[in-house]
Amino acid sequence: MDIALIQAAYIVAALLFIMSLAGLSKHETARDGNVLGMVGMGIALVATLWLSLRDAAWSAWLLIGVAMVIGAAIGIARARKVEMTGMPELIAMLHSFVGAAAVLVGINTFVATSDLVGVEGEAVHLVEIFLGVFIGAVTFTGSIVAFLKLSARISSKPLMLPARHWLNLAALVVSAGLLVWFVAAHSIVPLLVMTAIALAFGWHLVASIGGGDMPVVVSMLNSYSGWAAAAAGFMLGNDLLIVTGALVGSSGAYLSYIMCKAMNRSFVSVIAGGFGSDGAVFDSDVDYGDHRETNASEVADLLKNASSVVITPGYGMAVAQAQYPVAELTAKLRERGVDVRFGIHPVAGRLPGHMNVLLAEARVPYDIVLEMDEVNDDFPATDVVLVIGANDTVNPAAAEDPTSPIAGMPVLQVWNAKDVVVFKRSMNAGYAGVQNPLFFRDNSAMLFGDAKERVEDIIKAL
Amino acid sequence: MQIGVPRETRARETRIAATPKTVEQLIGLGYDVAVESGAGERASFSDEAYAAAGARVVTAEDAWGSPIVHQVNAPSDEDIARLRPGTVLVSLLAPAISPDLVEKLRAAGVTAMAMDAVPRISRAQSLDVLSSMANIAGYRAVVEAAHEFGSFFTGQVTAAGKVPPAKVLVAGAGVAGLAAIGTARSLGAIVRATDARAEVAEQVESMGADFLAVQLPEVDAAAASSDGYAKEMGEEYNRRAAELYAAQAPDVDIIVTTALIPGRPAPRLITGEMVASMKPGSVIVDMAAANGGNVEGSVADELVVTDHGVTIIGYTDLAARLPTQASQLYGTNLVNLMKLLTPGKDGQLVLDFDDVVQRNMTVARDGELLWPPPAIPVSAAPVAQTAVGTKVVKEPEPPKDPRRRYAAMVIGAGVFAAVAAVSPPSFLGHFTVFALAVVIGYYVIGNVHHALHTPLMSVTNAISGIIVVGALLQLGAAGSIGGTKGVVIMVLGFVAALLASINIFGGFTVTRRMLTMFRKG
Repeated sequence: MDIALIQAAYIVAALLFIMSLAGLSKHETARDGNVLGMVGMGIALVATLWLSLRDAAWSAWLLIGVAMVIGAAIGIARARKVEMTGMPELIAMLHSFVGAAAVLVGINTFVATSDLVGVEGEAVHLVEIFLGVFIGAVTFTGSIVAFLKLSARISSKPLMLPARHWLNLAALVVSAGLLVWFVAAHSIVPLLVMTAIALAFGWHLVASIGGGDMPVVVSMLNSYSGWAAAAAGFMLGNDLLIVTGALVGSSGAYLSYIMCKAMNRSFVSVIAGGFGSDGAVFDSDVDYGDHRETNASEVADLLKNASSVVITPGYGMAVAQAQYPVAELTAKLRERGVDVRFGIHPVAGRLPGHMNVLLAEARVPYDIVLEMDEVNDDFPATDVVLVIGANDTVNPAAAEDPTSPIAGMPVLQVWNAKDVVVFKRSMNAGYAGVQNPLFFRDNSAMLFGDAKERVEDIIKAL
Repeated sequence: MQIGVPRETRARETRIAATPKTVEQLIGLGYDVAVESGAGERASFSDEAYAAAGARVVTAEDAWGSPIVHQVNAPSDEDIARLRPGTVLVSLLAPAISPDLVEKLRAAGVTAMAMDAVPRISRAQSLDVLSSMANIAGYRAVVEAAHEFGSFFTGQVTAAGKVPPAKVLVAGAGVAGLAAIGTARSLGAIVRATDARAEVAEQVESMGADFLAVQLPEVDAAAASSDGYAKEMGEEYNRRAAELYAAQAPDVDIIVTTALIPGRPAPRLITGEMVASMKPGSVIVDMAAANGGNVEGSVADELVVTDHGVTIIGYTDLAARLPTQASQLYGTNLVNLMKLLTPGKDGQLVLDFDDVVQRNMTVARDGELLWPPPAIPVSAAPVAQTAVGTKVVKEPEPPKDPRRRYAAMVIGAGVFAAVAAVSPPSFLGHFTVFALAVVIGYYVIGNVHHALHTPLMSVTNAISGIIVVGALLQLGAAGSIGGTKGVVIMVLGFVAALLASINIFGGFTVTRRMLTMFRKG
C-alpha cells in the first residue's frame, strides 16, 4: 500500500511538472506555473524521503538533512544574489550540477548492484547505467566550459584543435567499445575510463563552439541535463525521473531548434563548432563607403521629434549593463507621448529570452517588448531605431546578399526605418565576423562608446 | 563648388529648386549657393531669406554660369546657351519623351541629371521627385475639385436639411492617387478607387477608400512591371475596366484620374459618353492632361465645362499650385541627391557610375549620350521576383529522398524491436512513459512565449534537480549495505544530493525572482 501511495504521489508530481511548464507559456500564468512546479517538487520529495527513510538508520536522516540544507542554502543564496546579466552563467552552472549528480548516481547504482550477476535484464540495466553516466559527464564538463566562457573566465573564441571532428568521433567510438566491454565484463574499470573520456568529450565539444552560439549551447545543455535525469530514471526504475527528464530533455531540444532556426543554421553545424563548417573567418574587402558619426545631443533631438521609436538590444546592452538607462530613456520618451517599443531577435544575448529578462529587471513593461516577427513589418513606419549592442541580428546582408555567410538568417529589418542610430564600441565586426552594411547606410548613424554612458548622455540631453 | 539656382523661366512656374532651408543644408555639404534675385518670390521666399540662410543673391548670368545648376523645369534653348560646358545641370528633363532636349544638352557638353529618371528602388526614395510632386498634385487635385464642386464633400444633418456626402472615384492608386484618396477622405467624402495592380488594394483600403477591382485575375500579377511603375494593359482588361467606369460615372460626383505611364500617351479611361452620363455639376480632374489626358474632352491647362454642366479640370501645374510646399520637397530631394554626390561632404561633386541611381539619372556627360541607361529591374512591388531570386541561390540543394527517411524509420523500428525482444518487460514499461513524456514536453514547450525562455530554462533546471530522488534512495539504502561499499555509496550519494538540492532550490528561487520582474505596462 505504501508503494501504491508513493506511486500516486509521483504521478501527481509528474502532472504538476507538466502543468508548470504549460503555465510558463504565458506571462499571465507564469508565476502560477512556477508555484505548481514547487508543489510538485515538494510532493515528490516528501514521498521519496518517506520511501527512503522508513527503515533507515539515523545516520541516513542526518546525511540527507545536511546535504539538502547545504544545497538549499547555496542555491537560494546564489539565486537571490545573481545579476540578471549573469543569468546565462547561473543556468550553465545549474546544468553542470545535474550532470554531475547523474554521474554520481550512475556510478553509485553500479556499485550498489555490482553483485547482481546473471539476473534477467542485467545487460539492459548496465547499458542504462553506462548511458546515464556518459550523458551526465558530457553535460557536466560541457556546462562548466559554457559557464567559464559566459563569465569570461576563458576566451569565448572557438577552440580549433586539428582534426577536432575526428577527435569527437574517436571519443564516441571508443566509448561504444567500452560499453561492450562493460556489459561483458561487468567491471567498473570501463565505466570509469568512459567517464574520463566523456568528461574530455564534453569539454572539447563546448570549447569548440564560439560565444555567439551560446544560446544554442545553453539550451542544448539544458536538454542533455534532462536526458541525464531520464537515464538515471531508467537505471533506478523510477518513472518520475523518466518523465521529468524527458520533459526537460525535449524542452531543451525544442529551444535549441528555435535558436538554430533563428540563426538559419543547422543544429549539427553549431554543435560541430566554429562558424560555418570549417570555422573559416570571413573577411571582405568590399568598400561599403563611409559611416556617419553622431553624438548624444543629435540623437536626443531625433528622439524628441520622433513619434515612433523601436529599440533593438543585443548582447552589448547586457555587457554594458545598459538596461537601466535604456528603461529610463523609454519611460521618458513614453511620457512625451512617443511610441517606444522593443524588437527582440530570438538569439539576442547569450541565453534564449535573455534580453526579455534584462528589460523586465529594469521594469520595462513586457507588452512593449516584441518578438522579431511582431515588429519587422512596422519598421517602415518607424521614425527612429536605436540599435544597442546588436550587430549580426540587424545585418541587412543576411536579407540582401546571397553570398554573405549569414545569408538567409532572419534579421530585424531596422534599415527600413527613417533613421537608425547604432550604439557600438568600435567598427569591429560582430560575432559572425561579417561586416555590417547597415553602418554605411545613408539613414544610419553611429554613436560610439559605452552603451550605458551614451544612453545616459541622451537622457541628460533630453 | 558653387550651386546656381536661377529663376524658373517657364511660364506659370511658381516653384524654385531651393528654399532657405535647403540652402542651409547644401552649405552644410560644403557648397556655395547662388540664388538669382527674385527667384523665390512666387513661392513666398524672399531674397533676404535666402541671404539669411547663407546664399549669395546674384544675377541670372551668375546663377546660370555656376558649375552646378539646380532647376525645376527642363531648360529652354536660351537657358542651354547660358550653360557653360562641363556644368552639372540637375532638373526635371523627361528624357524618355524629349530626345531633342537630351541631344541639345549633350551637344552643349553639359552633364545633365534628370530628377525624373531616379530608379524606383528603396534606397533612392529620398530623391524621388515624381513621388513628392505627385503627392502634392494629388492633394491639390481634390482641392481644385472641391473648389468647383457645388456641394459639401462631407455628409451633414443640419437644421436646414440633410446633406449627402460626395462620392469620389479615384482612378489609379499610385502616389498621386493615394494622396487624392487621403485628401478626399479627410474632407468627408465617400471614396472609391481602381487600379490595374491588384496588390495596391490593401493600400487603398488603408487610406479608407473602397477598392473596385477589375475582374480579370490573370492580368493582376503581370501589371506591376519590374521598374515599379504601372504599365499598359491588354485589350480584355481595358474592356472590363471601361465597363467599371461606365457603371461608376453616373453614380459619383467627382472623378480624379491619375493614370500615367512614363513616356507614353495617357490611356483613355473616361470616354465622352461616360462624361455625359455624369450628373450636372460633377467635376472631373484629369491629372494626365499633359500627356493627352485620361478623359475625353479634357484640355491641358484649361478648365472645360461640358454642355450639360460637367466640369473637366486639366491643369498640368497642380504641384506648382502649392509653390511653397512643392519647392521645399523638391529642394529636399535635391539635397538628398547632393548628399549622394558629395561623399566627402567637402563641396566636391563626384559622379560614381557604379551606383545605379547616379548612372540612371545621368542622361548626358562630356558630350556623351548616356540615355537610356542600362536596365535595372529591382525592388518596388515584385514580391514574386525576390522569391525567384532566393530560389536561384538555394536551388542546388535538392529535397532529400523520402525513401531514405522511410528506410531510416524502418531500421529504427527494427533496432527497437530487437532491443525490446531481449529486454525485461519493466524496461518497456518505463520506455512507454519516456516516449510519451518526450512528446508531451515537445508540445508544451512549443507554446511558450519567446520572452519567457529564460524563466523556462531555470524552471526546467529546478525540476531536473529531481535526480535528487536517486541520491536520496541510495543514501537511505546505504546504511544497510555496510562496509567500504556502503561508505562509497554514502559519499557519492551525499554529494549528488547536495548538488541536486542546489538546483531545486536555486532554480525555483531564481525563476520566482525573474517572474516578479515581468510586469505589464
